[in-house]
Amino acid sequence: MEPVLIVSGTMAPLPRAQVDTDQIIPKQFLKRIERTGFGEFLFYDWARDGEGEKDPGFVLNRPQYRKATVLVAGPDFGTGSSREHAPWALHDWGFRAVIAPSFGDIFRSNCHKIGLLAIELPEAVVDTLLALADEQPNAAVTVDLKHQKLSAPGVEESFEFDAYAKYMLLNGLDEIGLTMLEESVIAEFEDSRPTFKPRTSS
Amino acid sequence: MTAGRTLFEKVWEDHLVVAGGDEPDLLYVDLHLVHEVTSPQAFEALRVAGRSVRRPDLTLATADHGTPTINRLLGITDPQSRRQVGALLTNCGTAGITVFGPDDPRNGIVHVIGPEQGATQPGMTIVCGDSHTSTHGAFGALAFGIGTSEVEHVLATQTIRQRRPRSMSITIEGDLPTGVTAKDLVLGIIAQIGVGGGAGHVIEYRGSAIGGLSMDERMTVCNMSIEAGARAGLIAPDHKTFSYLEGRTHAPSGADWERAIEYWTSLPTDDTAEFDTEVVVDASGLSPFVSWGTNPAQTVPVTAEVPSPDQSDDPLIRDAIQRALDYMDLQPGTLITDISIDRVFIGSCTNARLGDLRAAASVIEGKKVHDNVSAMVVPGSALVKLEAEAEGLDKIFIAAGFEWREPGCSMCLGMNDDVLGPGERCASTSNRNYEGRQGRGGRTHLVSPQMAAAAAVAGHFVDVREWE
Repeated sequence: MEPVLIVSGTMAPLPRAQVDTDQIIPKQFLKRIERTGFGEFLFYDWARDGEGEKDPGFVLNRPQYRKATVLVAGPDFGTGSSREHAPWALHDWGFRAVIAPSFGDIFRSNCHKIGLLAIELPEAVVDTLLALADEQPNAAVTVDLKHQKLSAPGVEESFEFDAYAKYMLLNGLDEIGLTMLEESVIAEFEDSRPTFKPRTSS
Repeated sequence: MTAGRTLFEKVWEDHLVVAGGDEPDLLYVDLHLVHEVTSPQAFEALRVAGRSVRRPDLTLATADHGTPTINRLLGITDPQSRRQVGALLTNCGTAGITVFGPDDPRNGIVHVIGPEQGATQPGMTIVCGDSHTSTHGAFGALAFGIGTSEVEHVLATQTIRQRRPRSMSITIEGDLPTGVTAKDLVLGIIAQIGVGGGAGHVIEYRGSAIGGLSMDERMTVCNMSIEAGARAGLIAPDHKTFSYLEGRTHAPSGADWERAIEYWTSLPTDDTAEFDTEVVVDASGLSPFVSWGTNPAQTVPVTAEVPSPDQSDDPLIRDAIQRALDYMDLQPGTLITDISIDRVFIGSCTNARLGDLRAAASVIEGKKVHDNVSAMVVPGSALVKLEAEAEGLDKIFIAAGFEWREPGCSMCLGMNDDVLGPGERCASTSNRNYEGRQGRGGRTHLVSPQMAAAAAVAGHFVDVREWE
């Protein structure tokens, strides 16, 4: 993973509550066995009608939001299915951060594994950002992970962020590689496991 | 006196490989369940990094999400799904992982086959790239869904890094009234605490109503923990858990069985243990539930009306309710029992075990599916299907006009051909009523197997408590 220090750019507003991962990437696009190429299917059923024609009113289809790097949404964003395809689609589209009052636990974890920031801010702040993005699509936003600060015109906010996820993101670390350094401890644990635990093959 | 420990804390601490301090803990994974949709990218990344699967003997795979439920002998006709299932079979073959392909007599939904094979046991840590992994918590296992990056991590190291969630107890005392099922119980809980109510928590379901449930019913309850936002849901193991497991393929035997029972018996939450959050539900006040909206918390008793956006002061919530009403094509104030349906789906990891099929069959025996309704039963596994057929349940369903299908996830998420058409309204025993979940423009109402069966016959929702 590439290190993630600062996300800057503009915002796209999605003022909806309880956006589940089925909406972020509908199931018909989960059949790919690659990790890339999901961006064009992001929010597919909202972005296109039954014939596959783009809905010009949907935020991602509006030209002023095409280059947005930060998605701002309502509470309980990313609930439901554990599909990592949801953060893959957001990242592939060009988003580098999502801001919402709350997130689904698995979704947030998945985001941070792939270098997409899931930033929780109080609902009042999110409402301000939604209004700002709606009224000024070119408003510049900066999410500074190192200092845990968000700035946009008229908005300066600190945010909470998991210290471990921050360390991994800032340094672009390979978590599997780190865990493999614990090999001897893992092997020792394995030796102490009870014999009655199941094995699925010999 | 020091506080005792909860079931969740005991299982967590027994799997600590490295205590993280300020960082996440490193936990050992006893069982890694794998399916075709969330694993191919993980196997590919391992290959690219030159890494191997550390413990294929603690991994079990099945093809379920994209498998067809009819004409199974013709193979998978959708080229993308065929490629995805093919990748699973190849990846597992290369790594030495046991995999139940579409033709295997043990094939089925990943959360049905784990318990069925006795691979799901009390006190284990179980993960899977699927949010309904919480199902396995019914055995007193700590089981939760993970993303594909984490699937890769578990394949490579048989461990996972996690911060310890907070603990929540949901205590349900009393007996479930007649006609009120485990599905209604968990729908009622979600309606009460909301889709984010369990966020950051592991739930332990407790109380006499839980003790009274069968293992199949306990799995239904734990299955939907994620719909309340919780990572996992657990139920303390007891004599029902043990007798379910005894003699199953991967259950311990001989001296190991005795040792296992001794350990499993030590797991239930101590009397002096404390939970971070406590919720109490009165079982006797529950009724059969029907979801009306587009998330599982948008659920009301069958005797109620479709609600109005005016019930909330929050503009985003009002908007969410209005959007749900528009999508579902429902008017506030409509009686639930006045809602007509086009389709019935009895299946999914929530409600496709033998107990569920028996319950649905008991409602429709000697009756006919309504002329306007198309209804199908998709057993949770090939073995469930076989057991049901041995009891003659297939004949009851077929005589009533249901289609009797091959096992798989099927129309719970519609990754195969089993989908709703635009505008079609379905009484479904599955777990999610999201927009488009069962097919673009399709309208899902979550109900129990009994409620789905009764609706199939009546053509609209009915209160199964008054069913004759």
